[in-house]
Amino acid sequence: MAKVRGAVVVDNEVCKGCNLCVVACPSRTLALNRDVNSKGYHYSYMENPENCNGCTNCSAVCPDSCITVYRVKVE
Amino acid sequence: MPELAQKIRDIIKPENIVYAKSPLMNDDVMHYCPGCSHGVVHRLIGEVIEEMGIQDQTIGVSPVGCAVFAYKYIDIDWHEAAHGRAPAVATGIKRVMPEKYVFSYQGDGDLAAIGTAETFHAVNRGENIVMIFINNAIYGMTGGQMAPTTLVGQVTSTTPYGRNVDLNGYPLRITELLAQLPGAAYVTRQSVQNAAAVRKTKKAIRKAFEIQAMKKGTAFVEVVSTCSSGWKLSPVDSNKWMEENMFPQYPLGDLKDGTRADANDYSIKG
Repeated sequence: MAKVRGAVVVDNEVCKGCNLCVVACPSRTLALNRDVNSKGYHYSYMENPENCNGCTNCSAVCPDSCITVYRVKVE
Repeated sequence: MPELAQKIRDIIKPENIVYAKSPLMNDDVMHYCPGCSHGVVHRLIGEVIEEMGIQDQTIGVSPVGCAVFAYKYIDIDWHEAAHGRAPAVATGIKRVMPEKYVFSYQGDGDLAAIGTAETFHAVNRGENIVMIFINNAIYGMTGGQMAPTTLVGQVTSTTPYGRNVDLNGYPLRITELLAQLPGAAYVTRQSVQNAAAVRKTKKAIRKAFEIQAMKKGTAFVEVVSTCSSGWKLSPVDSNKWMEENMFPQYPLGDLKDGTRADANDYSIKG
């Protein structure tokens, strides 16, 4: 069975730290960063990058369109 | 862990993109509060317009309310309307340029309160426009006052003890009323609280634009939304509150799916 791996890139300066992507992530990849961006928001980042399978749930619920999702098949 | 970092770098390549921001969405950072449903709906409209390839044929009519700056975010032609008058302005644009795709984007204070007359008559005339209605049960922009769609018992800045039926009347289910009108072709109520709901809403918006192309009548898409600032909740708690309290009052689903009524059914006999 082909295994799928994904990665998420968050535009840190656009992210407002609303936490919706963290809740929407079924594989607990995402979390809010302890650091803040220039506006003072705790932006989202991949806390457990090895979990990501590129399901795009996070980008679907992101109100600020700041998430780009990548996916590859690993044989 | 350099190994892991290298693995992630290998995945992050342009050929592996499965989701990226639509090129129709401008780079302006949205002025909405964190977690606001407006951002999701803006993005869905942009994606639908991009997928249908109608960027240069679409004209949006933005309302008065939080979405007043909608023209900054989607790279199409826009027109601004006076408070509540977006359906009337959209009617005018559509009649002058019937080949264009015209949609109005309105909130509940705009569409269901001050603009009720324009809304009803535009749908009753069966104008070939799309109307997108963001229902968050509150006036978000002006500081969280009671809207017609505010739930009974809901605390707002003008109903500090909760909405009282004796004093303030009942929540207005305007979408149910509009579904009764003969001019309506497609009336649906959706939400954007999770990924599945977002995908359904995108399909509904796409269907609405396709109905406009087929000239079947008015397509009306209500999106039950959150206003975390107005409700004084976090975005995640707002979604929970919406699921528990809004959905029983505003059940999701298609209310009408067809075409506007046949004129013969309404004409005089003989």
